[in-house]
Amino acid sequence: MAVGAVDEAQLRDLIPGVLAALVHRGADFATAEDAVQEALMRAFETWGTRSAEYPDDPKGWLITTAWRRFIDLTRSDIARRRRESVVSDEPPPGPAASVDDTLHLYFLCAHPSLTAPSAVALTLRAVGGLTTRQIAQAYLVPESTMAQRISRAKRVVGDVRLDEPGDLRTVLKVLYLVFNEGYGGDVDLAAEAIRLARQLAASTQDEEVAGLLALFLLHHARRPARTRADGSLVPLADQDRSLWRRDMIAEGVAVLQAALARDRLGEYQAQAAIAALHGDAQTADETDWPQIVEWYDELVRLTDSPVVRLNRAVAVGEADGPQAGLAALAALDPTLPRYTASAAYLHERAGDIATAAELYVAAAERAQNVAERNHLTLRAATLRRSVQGERG
Amino acid sequence: MAKYLFLKHYRGAPASVNNVPMDQWTPDEIDAHIQYMEDFAARLKDSGEYVDSQALAAEGAWVRYDGEGRPPVTDGPFAETKDLIAGFMIIDVASYQRAVELAGELSAAPGAGGRPIHEWLEVRPFMGAPTSITE
Repeated sequence: MAVGAVDEAQLRDLIPGVLAALVHRGADFATAEDAVQEALMRAFETWGTRSAEYPDDPKGWLITTAWRRFIDLTRSDIARRRRESVVSDEPPPGPAASVDDTLHLYFLCAHPSLTAPSAVALTLRAVGGLTTRQIAQAYLVPESTMAQRISRAKRVVGDVRLDEPGDLRTVLKVLYLVFNEGYGGDVDLAAEAIRLARQLAASTQDEEVAGLLALFLLHHARRPARTRADGSLVPLADQDRSLWRRDMIAEGVAVLQAALARDRLGEYQAQAAIAALHGDAQTADETDWPQIVEWYDELVRLTDSPVVRLNRAVAVGEADGPQAGLAALAALDPTLPRYTASAAYLHERAGDIATAAELYVAAAERAQNVAERNHLTLRAATLRRSVQGERG
Repeated sequence: MAKYLFLKHYRGAPASVNNVPMDQWTPDEIDAHIQYMEDFAARLKDSGEYVDSQALAAEGAWVRYDGEGRPPVTDGPFAETKDLIAGFMIIDVASYQRAVELAGELSAAPGAGGRPIHEWLEVRPFMGAPTSITE
Protein backbone atom coordinates (compact mmCIF):
# COMPACT_ATOMS: atom_id res chain seq x y z
CA MET A 1 0.00 0.00 0.00
CA ALA A 2 1.52 3.32 -0.97
CA VAL A 3 0.97 6.49 1.02
CA GLY A 4 1.99 9.39 -1.18
CA ALA A 5 5.65 8.83 -1.85
CA VAL A 6 6.31 6.34 0.94
CA ASP A 7 5.11 2.77 1.38
CA GLU A 8 3.33 1.43 4.42
CA ALA A 9 6.30 -0.56 5.71
CA GLN A 10 8.60 2.47 5.53
CA LEU A 11 6.12 4.56 7.44
CA ARG A 12 5.69 1.84 10.05
CA ASP A 13 9.49 1.75 10.52
CA LEU A 14 9.08 5.11 12.25
CA ILE A 15 6.60 3.83 14.83
CA PRO A 16 8.93 2.53 17.57
CA GLY A 17 10.85 5.84 17.53
CA VAL A 18 7.62 7.85 17.69
CA LEU A 19 6.23 5.79 20.56
CA ALA A 20 9.57 5.92 22.38
CA ALA A 21 9.59 9.72 22.00
CA LEU A 22 6.16 10.02 23.63
CA VAL A 23 7.06 7.69 26.48
CA HIS A 24 10.36 9.52 26.89
CA ARG A 25 8.41 12.75 27.37
CA GLY A 26 6.33 11.35 30.17
CA ALA A 27 3.39 9.68 28.42
CA ASP A 28 2.20 6.37 29.83
CA PHE A 29 2.78 3.47 27.48
CA ALA A 30 -0.84 2.34 27.04
CA THR A 31 -2.27 5.76 26.17
CA ALA A 32 0.77 6.72 24.09
CA GLU A 33 0.39 3.54 22.05
CA ASP A 34 -3.25 4.39 21.26
CA ALA A 35 -2.23 7.93 20.32
CA VAL A 36 0.55 6.73 18.01
CA GLN A 37 -1.80 4.27 16.31
CA GLU A 38 -4.31 7.07 15.67
CA ALA A 39 -1.59 9.37 14.32
CA LEU A 40 -0.51 6.59 11.97
CA MET A 41 -4.10 6.16 10.75
CA ARG A 42 -4.26 9.91 10.12
CA ALA A 43 -1.07 9.73 8.11
CA PHE A 44 -2.48 6.91 5.99
CA GLU A 45 -5.70 8.83 5.40
CA THR A 46 -4.28 12.27 4.63
CA TRP A 47 -0.71 12.16 3.37
CA GLY A 48 -0.30 12.66 -0.32
CA THR A 49 -3.96 13.67 -0.73
CA ARG A 50 -5.13 17.13 -1.78
CA SER A 51 -5.79 18.22 1.78
CA ALA A 52 -2.30 17.47 3.07
CA GLU A 53 1.06 17.40 1.40
CA TYR A 54 3.55 14.75 2.32
CA PRO A 55 5.45 16.27 5.29
CA ASP A 56 9.17 17.07 5.04
CA ASP A 57 9.76 15.45 8.42
CA PRO A 58 7.40 12.45 8.67
CA LYS A 59 8.67 11.35 12.07
CA GLY A 60 8.35 14.89 13.49
CA TRP A 61 4.81 15.08 12.08
CA LEU A 62 3.90 11.75 13.68
CA ILE A 63 5.37 12.75 17.06
CA THR A 64 3.51 16.09 17.09
CA THR A 65 0.23 14.54 15.94
CA ALA A 66 0.51 11.64 18.35
CA TRP A 67 1.42 13.95 21.22
CA ARG A 68 -1.61 16.16 20.59
CA ARG A 69 -3.80 13.08 20.42
CA PHE A 70 -2.23 11.85 23.64
CA ILE A 71 -3.17 15.14 25.35
CA ASP A 72 -6.77 14.76 24.10
CA LEU A 73 -6.95 11.17 25.30
CA THR A 74 -5.47 12.13 28.67
CA ARG A 75 -7.86 15.05 29.12
CA SER A 76 -10.86 12.93 28.41
CA ASP A 77 -9.65 10.39 30.87
CA ILE A 78 -11.22 10.14 34.33
CA ALA A 79 -7.80 10.62 35.85
CA ARG A 80 -7.24 13.93 34.08
CA ARG A 81 -6.48 15.93 37.21
CA ARG A 82 -3.70 13.62 38.17
CA ARG A 83 -2.18 13.51 34.73
CA GLU A 84 -2.56 17.11 33.61
CA SER A 85 0.32 18.08 35.84
CA VAL A 86 2.77 16.10 33.74
CA VAL A 87 1.72 17.17 30.25
CA SER A 88 1.44 20.34 28.23
CA ASP A 89 0.16 21.05 24.72
CA GLU A 90 3.48 21.01 22.94
CA PRO A 91 6.07 18.29 23.32
CA PRO A 92 8.48 19.54 25.96
CA PRO A 93 12.03 20.09 24.75
CA GLY A 94 14.57 17.65 26.01
CA PRO A 95 16.75 14.83 24.84
CA ALA A 96 15.30 12.95 21.88
CA ALA A 97 14.40 9.31 22.39
CA SER A 98 17.47 7.17 21.93
CA VAL A 99 18.10 3.79 20.37
CA ASP A 100 17.86 2.37 23.89
CA ASP A 101 14.32 3.69 24.23
CA THR A 102 13.33 1.77 21.10
CA LEU A 103 14.99 -1.34 22.45
CA HIS A 104 13.03 -0.99 25.69
CA LEU A 105 9.80 -1.00 23.69
CA TYR A 106 10.75 -4.40 22.31
CA PHE A 107 11.48 -5.61 25.84
CA LEU A 108 8.17 -4.28 27.11
CA CYS A 109 6.13 -5.93 24.33
CA ALA A 110 7.88 -9.27 24.94
CA HIS A 111 7.76 -8.94 28.73
CA PRO A 112 7.93 -12.33 30.51
CA SER A 113 4.66 -11.58 32.34
CA LEU A 114 2.82 -11.82 28.98
CA THR A 115 1.68 -15.07 27.38
CA ALA A 116 3.17 -15.78 23.94
CA PRO A 117 -0.01 -14.84 21.98
CA SER A 118 -0.29 -11.55 23.92
CA ALA A 119 3.39 -10.69 23.39
CA VAL A 120 3.07 -11.42 19.68
CA ALA A 121 -0.03 -9.23 19.34
CA LEU A 122 1.41 -6.35 21.35
CA THR A 123 4.70 -6.43 19.43
CA LEU A 124 2.93 -6.36 16.07
CA ARG A 125 0.84 -3.39 17.14
CA ALA A 126 3.11 -1.24 19.31
CA VAL A 127 6.41 -1.90 17.53
CA GLY A 128 5.12 -3.05 14.15
CA GLY A 129 2.42 -0.41 13.77
CA LEU A 130 -0.13 -2.91 12.43
CA THR A 131 -3.78 -2.27 13.18
CA THR A 132 -5.76 -4.56 15.47
CA ARG A 133 -7.83 -5.60 12.45
CA GLN A 134 -4.75 -6.61 10.46
CA ILE A 135 -3.40 -8.64 13.37
CA ALA A 136 -6.78 -10.31 13.93
CA GLN A 137 -7.04 -11.26 10.26
CA ALA A 138 -3.52 -12.63 10.22
CA TYR A 139 -4.24 -14.92 13.19
CA LEU A 140 -7.79 -15.84 12.15
CA VAL A 141 -9.52 -14.57 15.28
CA PRO A 142 -12.37 -12.03 15.58
CA GLU A 143 -11.22 -8.41 15.76
CA SER A 144 -12.92 -7.91 19.15
CA THR A 145 -10.95 -10.86 20.56
CA MET A 146 -7.68 -9.39 19.33
CA ALA A 147 -8.62 -5.94 20.67
CA GLN A 148 -9.20 -7.46 24.11
CA ARG A 149 -5.96 -9.42 23.95
CA ILE A 150 -4.00 -6.25 23.16
CA SER A 151 -5.67 -4.05 25.75
CA ARG A 152 -5.19 -6.69 28.45
CA ALA A 153 -1.55 -7.03 27.46
CA LYS A 154 -1.11 -3.27 27.74
CA ARG A 155 -2.63 -3.36 31.21
CA VAL A 156 -0.28 -6.18 32.26
CA VAL A 157 2.83 -4.25 31.22
CA GLY A 158 1.41 -0.90 32.35
CA ASP A 159 3.36 -0.91 35.59
CA VAL A 160 6.64 -2.11 34.13
CA ARG A 161 9.29 0.58 34.35
CA LEU A 162 10.67 1.37 30.94
CA ASP A 163 14.25 1.48 32.14
CA GLU A 164 13.96 -1.99 33.65
CA PRO A 165 16.61 -4.21 32.08
CA GLY A 166 15.11 -6.54 29.50
CA ASP A 167 16.01 -9.90 28.11
CA LEU A 168 16.70 -10.00 24.38
CA ARG A 169 15.99 -13.73 24.29
CA THR A 170 12.30 -13.19 25.04
CA VAL A 171 12.14 -10.65 22.20
CA LEU A 172 13.80 -13.09 19.80
CA LYS A 173 11.32 -15.82 20.76
CA VAL A 174 8.41 -13.51 19.97
CA LEU A 175 9.85 -12.58 16.56
CA TYR A 176 10.53 -16.27 15.87
CA LEU A 177 6.84 -17.01 16.57
CA VAL A 178 5.70 -14.20 14.28
CA PHE A 179 7.90 -15.55 11.47
CA ASN A 180 7.16 -19.22 11.97
CA GLU A 181 3.45 -19.21 12.76
CA GLY A 182 2.15 -16.45 10.57
CA TYR A 183 -0.96 -17.86 8.94
CA GLY A 184 -2.09 -15.49 6.25
CA GLY A 185 -4.43 -12.66 5.55
CA ASP A 186 -3.41 -9.40 3.92
CA VAL A 187 -0.31 -8.98 6.04
CA ASP A 188 2.77 -11.05 5.26
CA LEU A 189 3.83 -11.85 8.82
CA ALA A 190 7.10 -13.47 7.72
CA ALA A 191 8.08 -10.24 5.95
CA GLU A 192 6.91 -8.33 9.01
CA ALA A 193 9.12 -10.44 11.29
CA ILE A 194 12.07 -9.75 8.99
CA ARG A 195 11.37 -6.02 9.09
CA LEU A 196 11.23 -6.03 12.90
CA ALA A 197 14.37 -8.18 13.17
CA ARG A 198 16.21 -5.75 10.90
CA GLN A 199 15.08 -2.86 13.06
CA LEU A 200 16.19 -4.69 16.19
CA ALA A 201 19.54 -5.59 14.63
CA ALA A 202 20.07 -1.87 13.99
CA SER A 203 19.58 -1.16 17.72
CA THR A 204 21.91 -3.79 19.16
CA GLN A 205 25.19 -5.55 18.44
CA ASP A 206 23.87 -8.84 19.85
CA GLU A 207 25.07 -11.82 17.77
CA GLU A 208 21.86 -13.78 18.27
CA VAL A 209 19.76 -10.91 16.90
CA ALA A 210 21.92 -11.08 13.78
CA GLY A 211 21.61 -14.87 13.82
CA LEU A 212 17.82 -14.67 13.92
CA LEU A 213 17.71 -12.12 11.10
CA ALA A 214 19.98 -14.37 9.02
CA LEU A 215 17.79 -17.39 9.81
CA PHE A 216 14.66 -15.51 8.65
CA LEU A 217 16.30 -14.31 5.44
CA LEU A 218 17.66 -17.74 4.55
CA HIS A 219 14.28 -19.44 5.07
CA HIS A 220 12.29 -16.67 3.43
CA ALA A 221 14.55 -16.97 0.37
CA ARG A 222 13.22 -20.50 -0.20
CA ARG A 223 9.56 -19.62 0.20
CA PRO A 224 8.76 -19.25 -3.52
CA ALA A 225 9.85 -22.89 -4.01
CA ARG A 226 8.30 -24.36 -0.86
CA THR A 227 4.70 -24.69 -2.04
CA ARG A 228 3.06 -25.33 -5.39
CA ALA A 229 0.34 -23.07 -6.75
CA ASP A 230 -2.30 -25.34 -5.16
CA GLY A 231 -0.72 -24.96 -1.70
CA SER A 232 0.84 -28.43 -1.58
CA LEU A 233 4.28 -28.80 0.03
CA VAL A 234 7.50 -29.33 -1.88
CA PRO A 235 10.22 -31.00 0.25
CA LEU A 236 13.62 -29.31 0.29
CA ALA A 237 15.26 -31.95 -1.91
CA ASP A 238 12.61 -31.54 -4.64
CA GLN A 239 12.47 -27.74 -4.68
CA ASP A 240 13.22 -25.82 -7.87
CA ARG A 241 16.31 -24.01 -6.63
CA SER A 242 16.16 -21.47 -9.44
CA LEU A 243 13.15 -20.03 -7.57
CA TRP A 244 15.22 -19.35 -4.46
CA ARG A 245 15.86 -15.67 -3.80
CA ARG A 246 19.63 -15.48 -4.26
CA ASP A 247 19.77 -11.88 -3.05
CA MET A 248 18.18 -12.86 0.26
CA ILE A 249 20.49 -15.85 0.65
CA ALA A 250 23.52 -13.62 0.03
CA GLU A 251 22.30 -11.10 2.59
CA GLY A 252 21.54 -13.83 5.14
CA VAL A 253 24.99 -15.37 4.69
CA ALA A 254 26.68 -11.96 5.06
CA VAL A 255 24.74 -11.15 8.24
CA LEU A 256 25.51 -14.60 9.64
CA GLN A 257 29.23 -14.49 8.82
CA ALA A 258 29.62 -11.12 10.53
CA ALA A 259 27.91 -12.56 13.63
CA LEU A 260 29.89 -15.82 13.65
CA ALA A 261 33.16 -13.86 13.35
CA ARG A 262 32.49 -12.43 16.81
CA ASP A 263 32.68 -15.94 18.20
CA ARG A 264 29.68 -15.89 20.51
CA LEU A 265 27.65 -18.78 19.15
CA GLY A 266 23.97 -19.20 20.01
CA GLU A 267 21.10 -21.36 18.77
CA TYR A 268 19.81 -18.92 16.14
CA GLN A 269 23.25 -18.56 14.59
CA ALA A 270 23.59 -22.36 14.52
CA GLN A 271 20.14 -22.76 12.92
CA ALA A 272 21.03 -20.07 10.40
CA ALA A 273 24.30 -21.86 9.61
CA ILE A 274 22.33 -25.00 8.70
CA ALA A 275 19.96 -22.95 6.53
CA ALA A 276 23.00 -21.29 4.89
CA LEU A 277 24.52 -24.67 4.00
CA HIS A 278 21.24 -25.65 2.29
CA GLY A 279 21.16 -22.28 0.54
CA ASP A 280 24.70 -22.82 -0.64
CA ALA A 281 23.97 -26.11 -2.45
CA GLN A 282 23.19 -25.67 -6.15
CA THR A 283 21.49 -29.09 -6.17
CA ALA A 284 20.22 -31.29 -3.33
CA ASP A 285 23.05 -33.76 -4.04
CA GLU A 286 25.67 -31.08 -3.42
CA THR A 287 24.43 -30.48 0.15
CA ASP A 288 27.29 -30.61 2.66
CA TRP A 289 25.57 -33.03 5.06
CA PRO A 290 28.65 -33.80 7.22
CA GLN A 291 28.97 -30.11 8.05
CA ILE A 292 25.22 -29.87 8.70
CA VAL A 293 25.54 -32.74 11.20
CA GLU A 294 28.34 -30.81 12.94
CA TRP A 295 26.06 -27.80 13.27
CA TYR A 296 23.31 -30.03 14.67
CA ASP A 297 25.83 -31.29 17.24
CA GLU A 298 26.41 -27.65 18.23
CA LEU A 299 22.65 -27.10 18.41
CA VAL A 300 22.17 -30.16 20.61
CA ARG A 301 24.91 -28.82 22.90
CA LEU A 302 23.27 -25.37 23.00
CA THR A 303 19.64 -26.40 23.41
CA ASP A 304 19.48 -30.09 24.38
CA SER A 305 16.18 -30.11 22.50
CA PRO A 306 14.64 -33.47 21.49
CA VAL A 307 13.31 -31.88 18.28
CA VAL A 308 16.86 -30.87 17.35
CA ARG A 309 18.03 -34.45 18.03
CA LEU A 310 15.33 -35.71 15.66
CA ASN A 311 16.44 -33.34 12.88
CA ARG A 312 20.03 -34.37 13.58
CA ALA A 313 19.10 -38.04 13.09
CA VAL A 314 17.70 -37.23 9.63
CA ALA A 315 20.88 -35.30 8.77
CA VAL A 316 22.99 -38.25 9.97
CA GLY A 317 20.94 -40.43 7.61
CA GLU A 318 22.02 -38.18 4.72
CA ALA A 319 25.66 -37.88 5.81
CA ASP A 320 26.41 -41.47 6.90
CA GLY A 321 23.63 -43.47 5.27
CA PRO A 322 20.06 -44.36 6.27
CA GLN A 323 21.08 -47.14 8.68
CA ALA A 324 23.14 -44.65 10.72
CA GLY A 325 20.15 -42.32 10.66
CA LEU A 326 17.80 -45.06 11.87
CA ALA A 327 20.27 -45.93 14.65
CA ALA A 328 20.31 -42.28 15.79
CA LEU A 329 16.51 -42.22 15.60
CA ALA A 330 16.20 -45.38 17.72
CA ALA A 331 17.65 -43.49 20.70
CA LEU A 332 14.81 -40.93 20.64
CA ASP A 333 11.25 -40.79 21.98
CA PRO A 334 8.81 -42.14 19.32
CA THR A 335 6.09 -39.73 20.48
CA LEU A 336 8.08 -36.72 19.23
CA PRO A 337 6.28 -34.75 16.52
CA ARG A 338 7.48 -35.87 13.05
CA TYR A 339 9.25 -38.93 14.51
CA THR A 340 7.15 -41.30 12.40
CA ALA A 341 7.57 -39.16 9.27
CA SER A 342 11.36 -39.16 9.80
CA ALA A 343 11.37 -42.94 10.31
CA ALA A 344 9.34 -43.37 7.11
CA TYR A 345 11.79 -41.23 5.16
CA LEU A 346 14.86 -43.10 6.47
CA HIS A 347 13.30 -46.50 5.68
CA GLU A 348 12.48 -45.25 2.19
CA ARG A 349 16.12 -44.19 1.74
CA ALA A 350 17.20 -47.60 3.04
CA GLY A 351 15.11 -49.26 0.34
CA ASP A 352 12.58 -50.82 2.73
CA ILE A 353 9.66 -49.47 0.73
CA ALA A 354 6.87 -51.55 2.28
CA THR A 355 7.79 -50.44 5.83
CA ALA A 356 8.23 -46.87 4.64
CA ALA A 357 4.74 -46.84 3.08
CA GLU A 358 3.14 -48.11 6.31
CA LEU A 359 5.04 -45.51 8.35
CA TYR A 360 3.96 -42.71 5.98
CA VAL A 361 0.33 -43.73 6.56
CA ALA A 362 0.89 -43.65 10.34
CA ALA A 363 2.72 -40.31 10.03
CA ALA A 364 -0.18 -38.83 8.06
CA GLU A 365 -2.51 -39.72 10.93
CA ARG A 366 -0.30 -37.69 13.27
CA ALA A 367 0.32 -34.75 10.95
CA GLN A 368 -0.24 -31.32 12.48
CA ASN A 369 -1.50 -29.56 9.39
CA VAL A 370 -3.49 -30.51 6.31
CA ALA A 371 -0.70 -29.72 3.80
CA GLU A 372 1.65 -32.05 5.66
CA ARG A 373 -1.03 -34.74 5.94
CA ASN A 374 -1.72 -34.59 2.21
CA HIS A 375 1.99 -34.76 1.47
CA LEU A 376 2.56 -37.82 3.69
CA THR A 377 -0.53 -39.61 2.33
CA LEU A 378 0.73 -39.01 -1.20
CA ARG A 379 4.17 -40.39 -0.30
CA ALA A 380 2.51 -43.55 1.03
CA ALA A 381 0.41 -43.94 -2.12
CA THR A 382 3.38 -43.34 -4.42
CA LEU A 383 5.52 -45.94 -2.63
CA ARG A 384 2.69 -48.50 -2.62
CA ARG A 385 2.22 -48.08 -6.34
CA SER A 386 5.95 -48.59 -6.95
CA VAL A 387 5.87 -51.81 -4.86
CA GLN A 388 2.80 -53.06 -6.75
CA GLY A 389 4.49 -52.09 -10.04
CA GLU A 390 7.47 -54.32 -9.21
CA ARG A 391 5.22 -57.25 -8.29
CA GLY A 392 2.89 -56.84 -11.26
CA MET B 1 -30.31 -16.99 5.60
CA ALA B 2 -29.57 -19.98 7.75
CA LYS B 3 -26.30 -21.48 8.86
CA TYR B 4 -25.58 -25.20 8.64
CA LEU B 5 -22.70 -27.30 9.88
CA PHE B 6 -21.41 -30.16 7.74
CA LEU B 7 -19.59 -32.74 9.83
CA LYS B 8 -17.21 -35.23 8.30
CA HIS B 9 -16.26 -38.30 10.34
CA TYR B 10 -13.05 -40.31 10.64
CA ARG B 11 -15.29 -43.01 12.08
CA GLY B 12 -18.79 -43.37 13.45
CA ALA B 13 -20.68 -42.47 10.26
CA PRO B 14 -22.48 -45.18 8.24
CA ALA B 15 -20.15 -46.82 5.71
CA SER B 16 -19.63 -44.95 2.42
CA VAL B 17 -20.54 -46.62 -0.90
CA ASN B 18 -16.95 -46.37 -2.18
CA ASN B 19 -15.38 -47.28 1.14
CA VAL B 20 -11.67 -47.72 0.30
CA PRO B 21 -9.45 -45.83 2.81
CA MET B 22 -7.40 -43.00 1.33
CA ASP B 23 -4.02 -44.59 1.99
CA GLN B 24 -4.95 -47.25 -0.57
CA TRP B 25 -5.75 -44.82 -3.37
CA THR B 26 -3.30 -43.98 -6.14
CA PRO B 27 -1.45 -40.64 -5.97
CA ASP B 28 -3.57 -39.32 -8.85
CA GLU B 29 -6.79 -40.25 -7.04
CA ILE B 30 -5.56 -38.42 -3.92
CA ASP B 31 -4.69 -35.35 -5.99
CA ALA B 32 -8.10 -35.41 -7.65
CA HIS B 33 -9.83 -35.64 -4.26
CA ILE B 34 -7.88 -32.71 -2.79
CA GLN B 35 -8.58 -30.65 -5.90
CA TYR B 36 -12.31 -31.41 -5.70
CA MET B 37 -12.47 -30.29 -2.06
CA GLU B 38 -10.62 -27.05 -2.84
CA ASP B 39 -12.82 -26.33 -5.84
CA PHE B 40 -15.93 -26.95 -3.76
CA ALA B 41 -14.87 -24.44 -1.08
CA ALA B 42 -13.84 -21.93 -3.76
CA ARG B 43 -17.28 -22.22 -5.41
CA LEU B 44 -19.03 -21.53 -2.10
CA LYS B 45 -16.79 -18.52 -1.50
CA ASP B 46 -17.72 -17.21 -4.96
CA SER B 47 -21.43 -17.71 -4.35
CA GLY B 48 -21.27 -15.96 -0.96
CA GLU B 49 -22.31 -19.07 1.00
CA TYR B 50 -19.02 -20.04 2.64
CA VAL B 51 -18.38 -19.26 6.33
CA ASP B 52 -15.55 -21.47 7.56
CA SER B 53 -14.04 -24.92 7.34
CA GLN B 54 -11.43 -26.65 9.47
CA ALA B 55 -9.86 -30.09 9.66
CA LEU B 56 -9.34 -31.75 13.05
CA ALA B 57 -6.48 -34.00 14.10
CA ALA B 58 -7.41 -37.62 14.90
CA GLU B 59 -5.98 -37.41 18.42
CA GLY B 60 -7.75 -35.96 21.46
CA ALA B 61 -9.11 -36.79 24.89
CA TRP B 62 -12.21 -36.49 27.07
CA VAL B 63 -11.76 -33.91 29.82
CA ARG B 64 -13.93 -33.08 32.83
CA TYR B 65 -13.93 -31.07 36.05
CA ASP B 66 -12.89 -33.15 39.07
CA GLY B 67 -13.79 -30.88 41.97
CA GLU B 68 -12.39 -27.91 43.83
CA GLY B 69 -8.61 -27.70 43.91
CA ARG B 70 -8.09 -30.74 41.69
CA PRO B 71 -6.77 -30.72 38.15
CA PRO B 72 -9.31 -31.73 35.47
CA VAL B 73 -9.56 -35.45 34.73
CA THR B 74 -8.50 -36.50 31.26
CA ASP B 75 -9.45 -39.73 29.55
CA GLY B 76 -7.54 -40.44 26.37
CA PRO B 77 -6.54 -41.35 23.77
CA PHE B 78 -10.03 -42.09 22.48
CA ALA B 79 -11.30 -45.66 22.35
CA GLU B 80 -11.35 -47.24 18.88
CA THR B 81 -15.14 -47.34 19.03
CA LYS B 82 -15.65 -43.62 19.65
CA ASP B 83 -17.34 -41.59 16.95
CA LEU B 84 -14.59 -39.27 15.66
CA ILE B 85 -15.09 -35.99 13.79
CA ALA B 86 -12.56 -35.33 11.01
CA GLY B 87 -13.55 -31.80 10.18
CA PHE B 88 -16.34 -29.37 9.53
CA MET B 89 -17.62 -26.78 7.10
CA ILE B 90 -20.03 -24.00 7.97
CA ILE B 91 -22.23 -22.56 5.25
CA ASP B 92 -24.79 -19.77 5.24
CA VAL B 93 -27.53 -20.51 2.73
CA ALA B 94 -31.09 -19.61 1.76
CA SER B 95 -32.76 -22.86 2.73
CA TYR B 96 -32.47 -26.37 4.10
CA GLN B 97 -32.88 -27.64 0.53
CA ARG B 98 -29.79 -25.70 -0.54
CA ALA B 99 -27.81 -27.11 2.42
CA VAL B 100 -28.76 -30.65 1.43
CA GLU B 101 -27.89 -29.99 -2.21
CA LEU B 102 -24.42 -28.75 -1.21
CA ALA B 103 -23.81 -31.61 1.22
CA GLY B 104 -24.66 -33.95 -1.64
CA GLU B 105 -22.06 -32.30 -3.84
CA LEU B 106 -19.43 -32.52 -1.11
CA SER B 107 -20.23 -36.20 -0.60
CA ALA B 108 -19.63 -36.81 -4.32
CA ALA B 109 -15.89 -36.05 -3.91
CA PRO B 110 -13.93 -38.67 -5.89
CA GLY B 111 -12.16 -41.53 -4.10
CA ALA B 112 -10.70 -44.88 -5.14
CA GLY B 113 -10.98 -45.47 -8.90
CA GLY B 114 -11.93 -41.80 -9.34
CA ARG B 115 -15.51 -42.72 -8.43
CA PRO B 116 -17.56 -40.67 -5.92
CA ILE B 117 -17.07 -41.75 -2.30
CA HIS B 118 -20.79 -41.26 -1.43
CA GLU B 119 -19.59 -40.42 2.07
CA TRP B 120 -22.27 -39.81 4.70
CA LEU B 121 -22.05 -36.25 6.01
CA GLU B 122 -23.84 -34.97 9.07
CA VAL B 123 -25.87 -31.81 8.30
CA ARG B 124 -26.85 -29.77 11.35
CA PRO B 125 -28.77 -26.48 11.44
CA PHE B 126 -27.43 -23.77 13.77
CA MET B 127 -29.75 -22.48 16.46
CA GLY B 128 -30.41 -18.95 15.24
CA ALA B 129 -30.96 -15.69 17.10
CA PRO B 130 -34.58 -14.83 18.02
CA THR B 131 -36.28 -13.07 15.12
CA SER B 132 -37.53 -9.50 15.46
CA ILE B 133 -41.05 -10.30 14.30
CA THR B 134 -42.52 -13.31 16.04
CA GLU B 135 -46.27 -13.00 15.54
